[in-house]
Amino acid sequence: MGGIKIYGMPTSTNTIRALAALNEKGLDYELVIVDLRTGAHKHPNFLALNPFGQIPVLEDGDVVLFESRAINRYIATKYAEAGPDLLLSGGTPAERAAVEIWLEVESQQFGPPIASLVFEALIKPILVKATADEAIVEAQAAKLEKVLDVYEARLAQNKYLAGEHFTLVDLNHIPYTNYLLKTSKAALVTSRPHLLAWWKDVSARPAWVKTAAGIPF
Amino acid sequence: MVVQVYGKPQAVCPQRVMHCLVELGLPFELVHVDIDAMEHKLPEFLEKQPFGQVPYITDGDFELFAGDQWIDPPHRSARVYCRLHAESRAIVRYLAGKYGGRGGGAPELLGRTVEERAKVEQWMDVEAINYNPWAFPVVFNLLVLPLRGAPGDREAAAAAVEEMKRVLEVYEKQLSKSKYLAGDEFTLADLTHIPATRYVVEFCGAARIFEGKERVKAWWEDITGRPAWKKVISFVESGKSSYSP
Repeated sequence: MGGIKIYGMPTSTNTIRALAALNEKGLDYELVIVDLRTGAHKHPNFLALNPFGQIPVLEDGDVVLFESRAINRYIATKYAEAGPDLLLSGGTPAERAAVEIWLEVESQQFGPPIASLVFEALIKPILVKATADEAIVEAQAAKLEKVLDVYEARLAQNKYLAGEHFTLVDLNHIPYTNYLLKTSKAALVTSRPHLLAWWKDVSARPAWVKTAAGIPF
Repeated sequence: MVVQVYGKPQAVCPQRVMHCLVELGLPFELVHVDIDAMEHKLPEFLEKQPFGQVPYITDGDFELFAGDQWIDPPHRSARVYCRLHAESRAIVRYLAGKYGGRGGGAPELLGRTVEERAKVEQWMDVEAINYNPWAFPVVFNLLVLPLRGAPGDREAAAAAVEEMKRVLEVYEKQLSKSKYLAGDEFTLADLTHIPATRYVVEFCGAARIFEGKERVKAWWEDITGRPAWKKVISFVESGKSSYSP
């Protein structure tokens, strides 16, 4: 039984999401490079791990998982005793319900527009060397504005997104927010004081500093 | 006191939640929220999806939720907000975690071990991220918009059907390894697929998504044949507001 392996690539936001969780938990792992530019994700060996041909994939002993958010839930649950209590297993039902709601909000409200915007404004130009479609950037930024207005109001009342404690909710937001701040749309975050304060706090966490050091841009 | 579900009973999001409640043997009250009645006041509703969603930015749901107390039944009612489509999955996780597997035939909808739970979560994410984004435009363009008297984009719907067929090829492979998506027991990973898929195949004429996929067909027959799901459909068609197991 080997250690934990993550199949992915260091620039992939979803891969970074899983690495961030592993680092919060202080776990050792091996990053096995599956470079999308080479088509490695369509190779039968990889499809055997994730039939959807997407990164990341986690291997932990006999457990093989895909979908970065499911991977992170598994890490947070299996290694609940290590590092912060990312799913508030020791919390009240109300506190855990807040975690559930805001995990979904990240996945369904925040994720789609920011993923599209970051792909267009950062990934496409840098990794694929193609020109960003500004119409898409503007359209996705407009959608993200509305979501971030809600976040700003939420963070005016709560230190972290699920309440008083740093949880998997905050962590799941970090990789895409990190990339957003490298684009022409950084003001979406920097113009919102509570959101910016939240970002400064969560991005200063030692585990994130370590994760960010591994990101090539 | 009983759980209250706020929503429109025909919408996908409330149906997920009601199905979960019936599977868990819990009574509930449905508080009808008529999204259609609100629509003529807020034109942006027509842009939104029909899965029980109300624009959270304008109706203050988040403020309501943040102010609400989640308290343990049976002493007080647990309010279950179902108006934001994204949160139906959060709600069913909460319900299944709290009330599942406690005896009296309530199924364990989230797996029994850390590893089983991880598989359930994985396939719930597949539904949310790889499957639902295609199911939605089919139902929105072929059912919801026509019901509102607006033209649906038939090309977008047709393209989405093709994507659903492609995604279901992966499901066909998975279902050759296990009876249900996350393993050999019915879990939330199967449950969350049901309401939207029913609209796709029964109301949008797109049963062809199952063509050539014998295992997917068998899985679909099985999960929609569950007594709890049939009770949800009867309940929705009855127009009642109160459900008892």
